[in-house]
Amino acid sequence: MAAVDIDVHYVAHLARISLEPEEAQKLGAQLGQILGYIEKLNQLDVTNVEPTAHAVPLVNVTRPDDVRPSLPNDQALGNSPAKANGLFVVPKIVE
Amino acid sequence: MLNQLTISNLAAKLAKREASAREAVQSCLDQIARVDGRVGAFLSADPADAFKQADAADRALAEGTTHAQKPLLGVPIAIKDVIAVKDQPLSCASRILQKYVSPYDATVVEKLRAAGAIVFGRLNMDEFAMGSSTENSAFGPTKNPWDTSRIPGGSSGGSAAAVAADECIGSLGSDTGGSIRQPAALCGCVGFKPTYGRVSRYGLVAFASSLDQIGPLTKDVRDTATLLEVISGLDNRDSTSVPQPVPRYATIIGEGIKGLKLGLPKEYLVGGIDPDVNNAVRIAVAQLQKLGAEIQEISLPHTDCAVATYYIVATAEASANLARFDGIRYGLRVDGTDPIELYAKTRGTGFGAEVKRRIILGTYVLSSGYHDAYYLRAQKVRTLIQQDFLKAFEHVDAIVTPTTPTAAFTIGEKSGDPLQMYLSDIFTISCNLAGICGISLPCGFTTSTPKLPIGLQLLGKPFGEETILKLAHAYEQSTGWHREKPRL
Repeated sequence: MAAVDIDVHYVAHLARISLEPEEAQKLGAQLGQILGYIEKLNQLDVTNVEPTAHAVPLVNVTRPDDVRPSLPNDQALGNSPAKANGLFVVPKIVE
Repeated sequence: MLNQLTISNLAAKLAKREASAREAVQSCLDQIARVDGRVGAFLSADPADAFKQADAADRALAEGTTHAQKPLLGVPIAIKDVIAVKDQPLSCASRILQKYVSPYDATVVEKLRAAGAIVFGRLNMDEFAMGSSTENSAFGPTKNPWDTSRIPGGSSGGSAAAVAADECIGSLGSDTGGSIRQPAALCGCVGFKPTYGRVSRYGLVAFASSLDQIGPLTKDVRDTATLLEVISGLDNRDSTSVPQPVPRYATIIGEGIKGLKLGLPKEYLVGGIDPDVNNAVRIAVAQLQKLGAEIQEISLPHTDCAVATYYIVATAEASANLARFDGIRYGLRVDGTDPIELYAKTRGTGFGAEVKRRIILGTYVLSSGYHDAYYLRAQKVRTLIQQDFLKAFEHVDAIVTPTTPTAAFTIGEKSGDPLQMYLSDIFTISCNLAGICGISLPCGFTTSTPKLPIGLQLLGKPFGEETILKLAHAYEQSTGWHREKPRL
């Protein structure tokens, strides 16, 4: 199984994960090896095989659209890293 | 020593008022104080909260509440750190959630409380349940109680070690690719992965939503049946929980197994299996036959593709699920000059190496240009794997295999080689992909010194929990491996 080349910096950016240079290098090699192993799936013929997203598929699961108790504001904000006036504080997005 | 008892034996003592729930909690806490410095199963325990629950249980017992009404009344059950317990930490053994305190109870925890259990302690695990050794915990590894230079398995390593070391009476874990059964096998206890949809996932921090299930880890099969009966059932807060009635597992397990057909997959007893494991499993199969089960060889031809399929499906789902950890609404925040930098720094700092590896792999297999080649293909192979099992179950009632190819490996042995670590899950992974149920129970020990437990896996049809519980119970009662305890 041949290792696969993967642009770790690009994929890490998509995943919004910053990596140290040596971390990226190590990850690239490991992921290349894992993807090389995964290539074995290419040996299988999957023509006309339906994909499975869920092993026990249920369709149109709904519940009554009733008003129910939910977390009070102070508890919903209880684990937030920054809050003010009952709101989450986020970095400036628009100028 | 109350901490050494099974759920059923402790419940009997509590019912006869030979012991109190407070004494049971004290006994578990004493054992934690004595051994957990070496085992490292618990991330935290909240003695004051546990005693409060114990006193309430003792009052209920004094007022005449019975275990027929509340099967777990006064029984201390410890919880993996991935399941929400109100006002307790919920860190998933990750720095990104280090200070998170859960504002609500998971459905399984509500059900435990309704059954009278004392819900206590946070059990160590691989970060976000990603791993097979509990070495990926941000807060240090858990050790195997049978040999503390070895891993307890994972990701529910704390849940298995705590039960094996008698630090609790039973525990809950979660299983995405073997994370209950594999540590149960390596620590010498019983672990159960229910059929997908049998147990509500509400309040379970999501890793791979189409594979995750919560399940019990206990000292014998009867206790597993009791806990499973309590936590199972439809929940309208989890749209994937299935509207099937919950059988009386704890009653059904006593029924005989004569005439049940057991399949032995030829793909599972091949190269790479430790000779001690192979030997123990073969003897166990002969024992099941002696007890009246009919053994026949079956084939699960796509076994060899299960690990590759799993590491596409599970990482893809994980990359989407863990996108929520962005430093905005909860958890760690590391500031940046703009929101994108804040996200990247928060996640780069907060996640450990294995979690980053899996999120990046999952992002890659879903990314533009690769989705069809990896993710869609894996979903199709998943169909083939599921069909393997459904075809086999047309001929047999259950399938018997080793739980793991080897006994517990040493700490550090595989942590530098993720692919080798992934391959240690080779016998447990298909069960999650197929959505069926599985149990691991002790079936012997290695011939090495110190001796290490070996696990037998029984796989059942979708919602065929009672069949594998019956088989497991009959086997266990005829052998007694589960009574062996590690010296700590």
